[in-house]
Amino acid sequence: MELLGLYHYWVFAILLMIGFYAVIAKSNLIKKLIGLSIFQSAVFLLYITMGKVDGGTAPIIQAGVENAVFSNPLPQVLILTAIVVGISTTALGLGIVVRIKEEYGSIEESDIQEIDRR
Amino acid sequence: MIDWSVHLPALQVIVPMLSAPLALLLRPRGLAWAAAVAASLFSFAIAIMLTIGVLAGRNFNYQMGNWPAPYGIELGVDAFSALVLLVITGASSLALLAGRRSLDSDIEEERQPLFYAAWLLALAGLVGIPVAADAFNIFVFMEISSLASYVLIAGGRDRRALPAVFKYLMMGTIGATFYLIGIGLIYLMTGTLNLADMELRIHEVADQKPILVAAGFITIGLALKAAVFPLHVWLPNAYTYAPNVVTVFLAACATKVSLYLLLRFDFFVFQPNLVGHDVQFSYFLMPLAVLAILIASCVALFEKNLKRLFAYSSVAQIGYILLGASLVSVAGLTASVVHIFNHALAKGALFLAIACLATRVSGLRLENISGAAQRMPWTMGAFALAGFSLVGIPGTTGFISKWYLISAAFAEGSIGVALIVAIVISSLIALAYVWRVLEAAYFGDINVNTAPAGEAPAGILTVTWIAALANLYFGLAPSLPVTLASSAAESLLRHVP
Repeated sequence: MELLGLYHYWVFAILLMIGFYAVIAKSNLIKKLIGLSIFQSAVFLLYITMGKVDGGTAPIIQAGVENAVFSNPLPQVLILTAIVVGISTTALGLGIVVRIKEEYGSIEESDIQEIDRR
Repeated sequence: MIDWSVHLPALQVIVPMLSAPLALLLRPRGLAWAAAVAASLFSFAIAIMLTIGVLAGRNFNYQMGNWPAPYGIELGVDAFSALVLLVITGASSLALLAGRRSLDSDIEEERQPLFYAAWLLALAGLVGIPVAADAFNIFVFMEISSLASYVLIAGGRDRRALPAVFKYLMMGTIGATFYLIGIGLIYLMTGTLNLADMELRIHEVADQKPILVAAGFITIGLALKAAVFPLHVWLPNAYTYAPNVVTVFLAACATKVSLYLLLRFDFFVFQPNLVGHDVQFSYFLMPLAVLAILIASCVALFEKNLKRLFAYSSVAQIGYILLGASLVSVAGLTASVVHIFNHALAKGALFLAIACLATRVSGLRLENISGAAQRMPWTMGAFALAGFSLVGIPGTTGFISKWYLISAAFAEGSIGVALIVAIVISSLIALAYVWRVLEAAYFGDINVNTAPAGEAPAGILTVTWIAALANLYFGLAPSLPVTLASSAAESLLRHVP
């Protein structure tokens, strides 16, 4: 039962491996980028779930409420930054793919290697 | 009067970062370049002031916005980071000063302000890593520098840079994400991201599995970024097809910064707290370092493209830096840190000389530079000097590194002797591959079709000679890097009684 109780870690690990597999195994550059995005999103989930406290609310000080249980806001702030980094990486990656398509006429890794070898 | 020098660690990052949008706005020809040079020289000056302060025994700790650590964000500069800062800002300044003409031919005029903005952002990210004292800030700076350097590498006219950069982006992002997972797990266990605080708090949970997993993720992630063999596959093509001046900048400092972080994290956070971690560190990295030194040197020996030849040589040199660290002794770490400085000098000067060659020779292949020394004696002279420094001829900086490395290995007993054999063999291979280039340039016949028309432009040549002579200067008077390195090594190993 303990294994199921940690299901959010399983989600993290499975998503991480799906993304990693796509990055390694796919030859299409766009699919690789999709894999990379999944890979990064898995880490976002790891951070966000670690800050959650059972029954916790948003960390806002309210008049008349004492000893409120609230979730840790710091991981969410951190991951906001990491999401921005992730978006920039994906955008830059897509930009490079567009340039590759213009120059080589293909976005298959095997084709590009073939063209460069000539 | 306010003592402004306390703000130096913050200025180190802020100056290049705020100059980046400024460079973007300077549309008229040459102004963006001038702004980039000025910002880069200014950060070099800040790095020098920080180094002088560190040598005088000052400890730079800076609380951003006056919020006390560990709640606020802390910046800090010690001997190790001062040395790395000198390398980064120095390499950037020399590359930019040399690079005006070369970049004019590589990058279209209307894209130049964008290119220099990306350069300054790369510089800001790279200097941010040694200055930051917070694990998450380091991640952000790492990604700033990486994203900007992808742009720099892909900025030239060679289309083969694009697949190379895509591969670098994939592997670089995986490396950075592994690092992020690692610090996430540590945060989960300790609740802190400040490195100094982490060092104290990790002790209570050091025997738990997440910390071990975190150590694995961080080591592999940073090894990917640092191009540690066998995770170096992104490096050769990225360096080969980048604009020549970008190669000078990145080859001198990009991987060094990741190595700096790897050493800092491992020796500051993990080794004092995790039982037996120093032995694991040593057993894991020493074989990789030896393989890097031997295999990458052999690949370089058979490579015909000049830039790729020295890119593989960089992989081998990263092996030297790791080898020193994997001895886990003060002598070994001193050798390792000294080599970070010395290799940056040698490789920077070599790639500058290659950039000189590129102004006159098209297609930097060994057969094209046949007889080049007769037409370009000054360029090849600087090349030879830097090449000898790479090999480790006495009187050059390379000799200092190898001397420290061999004496550190000697103290290790029988395994040290095997390491010394590996170092000597790879130095001989290095001599062979440098000699192949020199032989072609000095003793090859001039091919009328491909031979250079004359000497490289005076500007780039002057900068190249400054870099080459620095190899000689720090080879004969190595007290600056050695003092910084030994103080860095002592602080890295201060937990060992």
